[in-house]
Amino acid sequence: MRATPPAAGGSRLGPTVVALARRALVNALRKPQFLAPLVIFPTLFLAINVGGLGATRTLEGFPQVDGFLDYQLAAAILQSLLIGGVTAGIAVALDIEGGFFDRLVASPAPRIAIVLGRVLAAGVIAAAQVVYFLVLGLAFGASVKGGAIGVLCVLTIGIVAGTGFGALGVLIALRARSASTVQGIFPLVFVVLFISSAFFPLELLSAPADVIATYNPLSFIATGMRQPIAFSNQWLPVLEGLAAAVALTAVSIGLSLLALRGRLRDA
Amino acid sequence: MQAGEVYGFLGPNGAGKTTTVRMLVTLLRPTGGSARVAGYDVAREPSQVRRRIGVALQEAALDPLMTGSELIELQATLHGIDPRSVRARGEELIGRVGLTDAAGRRVGTYSGGMRRRLDLAMALIHDPEVLFLDEPTTGLDPTSRLTLWDEVRRLRDEGTTVFLTTQYLEEADQLADRIGIIAAGTIVAEGTPASLKAEVGRPHLDLVLAPGSDLALARELVARFGAQRPPTESCHLSIALQRGAPDIAPILRALDDAGFAVAELELKQPTLDDVFLAKTGERLEGAEEPGEDAPQQREPLPEAV
Repeated sequence: MRATPPAAGGSRLGPTVVALARRALVNALRKPQFLAPLVIFPTLFLAINVGGLGATRTLEGFPQVDGFLDYQLAAAILQSLLIGGVTAGIAVALDIEGGFFDRLVASPAPRIAIVLGRVLAAGVIAAAQVVYFLVLGLAFGASVKGGAIGVLCVLTIGIVAGTGFGALGVLIALRARSASTVQGIFPLVFVVLFISSAFFPLELLSAPADVIATYNPLSFIATGMRQPIAFSNQWLPVLEGLAAAVALTAVSIGLSLLALRGRLRDA
Repeated sequence: MQAGEVYGFLGPNGAGKTTTVRMLVTLLRPTGGSARVAGYDVAREPSQVRRRIGVALQEAALDPLMTGSELIELQATLHGIDPRSVRARGEELIGRVGLTDAAGRRVGTYSGGMRRRLDLAMALIHDPEVLFLDEPTTGLDPTSRLTLWDEVRRLRDEGTTVFLTTQYLEEADQLADRIGIIAAGTIVAEGTPASLKAEVGRPHLDLVLAPGSDLALARELVARFGAQRPPTESCHLSIALQRGAPDIAPILRALDDAGFAVAELELKQPTLDDVFLAKTGERLEGAEEPGEDAPQQREPLPEAV
């Protein structure tokens, strides 16, 4: 074997991130348990909300929209993206528990690639999630008022937010080191989502939920995606949503990298 | 360790074998002291160490959802190998460990032996200077164990330095050029298998005399050839030979001259188990396993690269 040595050396960041992202995507596609919760649960929730809570539209303070589905679509996307973050976290925790994480760490690959590869995969999956819900919405009578540019806005905010939620999942996995612990945070995702303006407008929320929702970044992200779907391409809410998603992603990736450093130091 | 040797690292469960390996492969930061692997300090130059080592840790950590080929490619990328050379290199290694037919299958469908062999192939993807094998055959069937042993020997012949931890004395005896014995986190003995065995005692000649023999007289007759162990059976003699095999003929002659008939005879060399017992005060758990079920038929090996 030494007769044919390969050109081995320090691994480069780009190809390593892409290779690890590809592995994460292949795993997601081959294990339905990873992808099913991202689709099934938010779809059912969307169906129940639209079917049972449509009368909410008539309440004072509810904005004028063509249909309740138009309004709820952004909430379903956001919910799916959050579950995607939990799923990414569980995958990382399983790698830690199963020893695959050690294989990555014992290689000369740049260690930040471990986080960035998983986060990149979360971004790609997020794009698919946004497309799925937009197609679903269109199929059941919703429309994107902002047209093609509106779709692009929703897609952009969704991908950035999904990437951030993925990073958040990785952060929790690196701290918790256990898949069951990461899974345990699943209900919290809904608590945080419900105290935002994702499902209902701020005006219809009671105190203290309305106060929390005002500052909850999920409210900005939901509003940023909802604006082009249910209303029009007003740039301020879109930009606020994008800014919230970017900030969330930057902070989550930063904290994940710190957690990785801590994990490697404490190993 | 010397370059190009197989170093067997022996110790019971909990002795610190895996902790030592994890420090040497930079997965664990040493709390004190220093260690160099392939000429680089594991604490100060970990990335240099990682470029030069191959690692197959205990319980082959493989992604069950990926195929063997995909994992080989991923491992190559992790080591920064030129993507153009990955395919040929991967096929070369997969063939070498006899997994060509299974390369396209998901690892989740592999047997334990196949996983270990894939793990070994992955550890070799970048042609490491030093290969760490942490209990590579624990839990394997005899055939897979022998296949791995052959591969380790071949690597040694090719000049790869191998650091092998094992619970199996026979494995260390078969493969290691030198052995280190660790107990409670401390190396209690180090040397070649032969020198370690020589340290703990001389070979023993075990004799079973014909039923009804006067054992006391027989013990008296052979006393000049070496110390004797207390008899475990009524017609049993066990003599620690002073000169080794050359003492056998004179002993048999003396017994024959005195009219004793020898029913059974066995020359027993000190084993690593004796070394282990002498150095640590305990026997190694599971030490006998490989010998007891050693296979008669070997899994056919693929052609050498």
